[in-house]
Amino acid sequence: MKSLLLIIVPLLGAGLAAGWPCNRSRPWLLPAVGLIHALLCGWMFFAPPVVDPGVWLAFDPLARAVLPVVSLLFLICAWYGVTYLKVRQERPNRIFVAALLAVLGLLSAGHQARHLGMLWIFTEAVTLAAVPLLHFNGTPRAFEATWKYLLVGGTGIALSLLGSLCLGYASLHGGGKGDLTFVALMSQGVGLSRPWVLIAWVLLLVGYGTKMGLAPMHTWKPEAYGEAAGIVGAILAGGVTSVAFTAILRIRSVVGAAGAGVVADHTLLAIGLFSMLVAALFLLGTRDFKRMLAYSSVEHMGILTIGAALGRAGVAAALFHVWSNGLTKGALFLSAGNIRRAAGSASMDHVRGMGLLTPRSAAIFVTGMFAVTALPPFGPFFSELQVVWAALKTGHGAATAMFLGCLLLAFFGLTRVVFGIVDGRPRDRARAGGKRFVETAGLVLPPLVLLGLSLWLGLFQPAVLHDAWADAVKQLYPHP
Amino acid sequence: MNPNLNLLIGLAMGLNLLSLGSSRLPALIRTMSVQGVILGVMPMLMEHELDWRVVLVALATIAGKGLVIPSLLRRAMRTAQIDRELDPLIGFVPSLLLGAGGAIAALALAHLLPLLPEHADTLLVPGALATVLTGFILLIGRTKAISQVCGYLILENGIYLFGLLLIKAMPLLVEAGVLLDLTVGVFIIGIIVDRIQRAFDSLDTRKLTALRE
Repeated sequence: MKSLLLIIVPLLGAGLAAGWPCNRSRPWLLPAVGLIHALLCGWMFFAPPVVDPGVWLAFDPLARAVLPVVSLLFLICAWYGVTYLKVRQERPNRIFVAALLAVLGLLSAGHQARHLGMLWIFTEAVTLAAVPLLHFNGTPRAFEATWKYLLVGGTGIALSLLGSLCLGYASLHGGGKGDLTFVALMSQGVGLSRPWVLIAWVLLLVGYGTKMGLAPMHTWKPEAYGEAAGIVGAILAGGVTSVAFTAILRIRSVVGAAGAGVVADHTLLAIGLFSMLVAALFLLGTRDFKRMLAYSSVEHMGILTIGAALGRAGVAAALFHVWSNGLTKGALFLSAGNIRRAAGSASMDHVRGMGLLTPRSAAIFVTGMFAVTALPPFGPFFSELQVVWAALKTGHGAATAMFLGCLLLAFFGLTRVVFGIVDGRPRDRARAGGKRFVETAGLVLPPLVLLGLSLWLGLFQPAVLHDAWADAVKQLYPHP
Repeated sequence: MNPNLNLLIGLAMGLNLLSLGSSRLPALIRTMSVQGVILGVMPMLMEHELDWRVVLVALATIAGKGLVIPSLLRRAMRTAQIDRELDPLIGFVPSLLLGAGGAIAALALAHLLPLLPEHADTLLVPGALATVLTGFILLIGRTKAISQVCGYLILENGIYLFGLLLIKAMPLLVEAGVLLDLTVGVFIIGIIVDRIQRAFDSLDTRKLTALRE
């Protein structure tokens, strides 16, 4: 019942926001609903409910390992959102607030889906609910980004439905009775028809990989993240991608049970490394610091995928990385949003000297950049270290070398852009914009808190979190 | 199994080729809506005793794919004031050849896949593969937003054809989800097409090039 509340409360909040009359007070619904959601989620995290195996939606160990960080990220972004929407008072925010809350509810549902069909329906619904968020700014460029997001994302989601049907047929061919819960599919094991499982795996990996933003299906990401508000980027990069990642993990466990785990791991490793390589190369070329964040997100999705390919230890490391990447990326997106607003542009051709104009946001942006490129003692350093450990222990020497090489290239690319916009003397036009832009506490504290959480995750990672990830791994690999 | 069903699938595959060859958007939309109605009739032919859920899916498909979506698309076409795909990325003859080759390949490929005895003599699998391929050719090879939406819908039609294999065994939830999302998706796409029109005074997606490296 509580697990359903996680879905119902945000959706009711979305309905309330759609009917709320006042543009000025409506954004307060975001932190209000976010707080209820986070409290519920925290309660269930510390007192995990008993999960009935056959149930379609439940706060199972995998949801417990990932959903709390999404909830936390949403709460902090919602806090930022109140100030952000006050600054953007000129635009009506009815649809924006409602869509944001709907995304939270649907994300909670997607994370808790234990049924192949339900998982697909909620992923599709999240994709559609995010559309109004992307064209909130109403510029032609935002429309262009939305169109690409919808076309690429829509095709990906269609392929994942086709993949789900193929997996359903694999079950039917193997004598299944039409039960599409992951538990039932896993218990069918090698009884699933192998050719259909392999076809399903390819289609589902491409489909959900598009949603995650793995190369070469990542093309919507730079456009969408580049044009959307910082708060939207943070939630897309930390929340929406993670639902696609857990989907891939759940499907991987079925494919593994069907005896095709080795094939699945090879494809995951290949597509993960390819994503990292593509992202690193584009990072060396991009001149736009919001598109830079998108490519960095592609890179980190690659890291997650590589972790998923490396067996138990790798999956645990990947779940850790979902947390550390989500929180750190959130800090980067929010501070980048401040800088973008003050500078009036996102291109390093036009933006310089933001260290003088927006010193606090620039400081968070630079620190966040170091955190996300794995500077100890921030969270990403430790999670990426664990991925490297898992890779070395499973004998993937060449893959580890390539992994580290891509990290280095990405580091060069990120520092090039970040210092390009922070250093130097501000341009006159930007100076005028920067005077109008005031770094209030509501715009600076949320990214700072996110950065602090990333540091906390690295230094004082509580044992209960570690146990939660271990439980999720146990759920995904039931047989030792 | 049912010879009528195979006849309809063959017809749908023929419509695929027709859609690949038509340069006029009204013709493309009409082809698509006829295909939608044909797909809607299919589940009724498959079942011996008619289940109310199957009838519901059939009616919803006919209404959605056959009526609502085409009329939305026609409205979008009128607002955008275009009715012709002028210079596609993949020409009409090459895309026809690709589509025909794809259909033959789909027939050959379907023989390699293990099928349950009751599905072995239907054209559902090759029909689905060929239709998905047609959708992709239209998505990639056309430049007008409305043609791309039609391509997307034909892709969805292919997936629906595949879903018919499972209509008895799996809960209809999946199919219902498809219809709902499909309608919503096109509705939103329609709005966006409208807005793109206002922003660019053109419906040519090749002009969407402000964002590139």
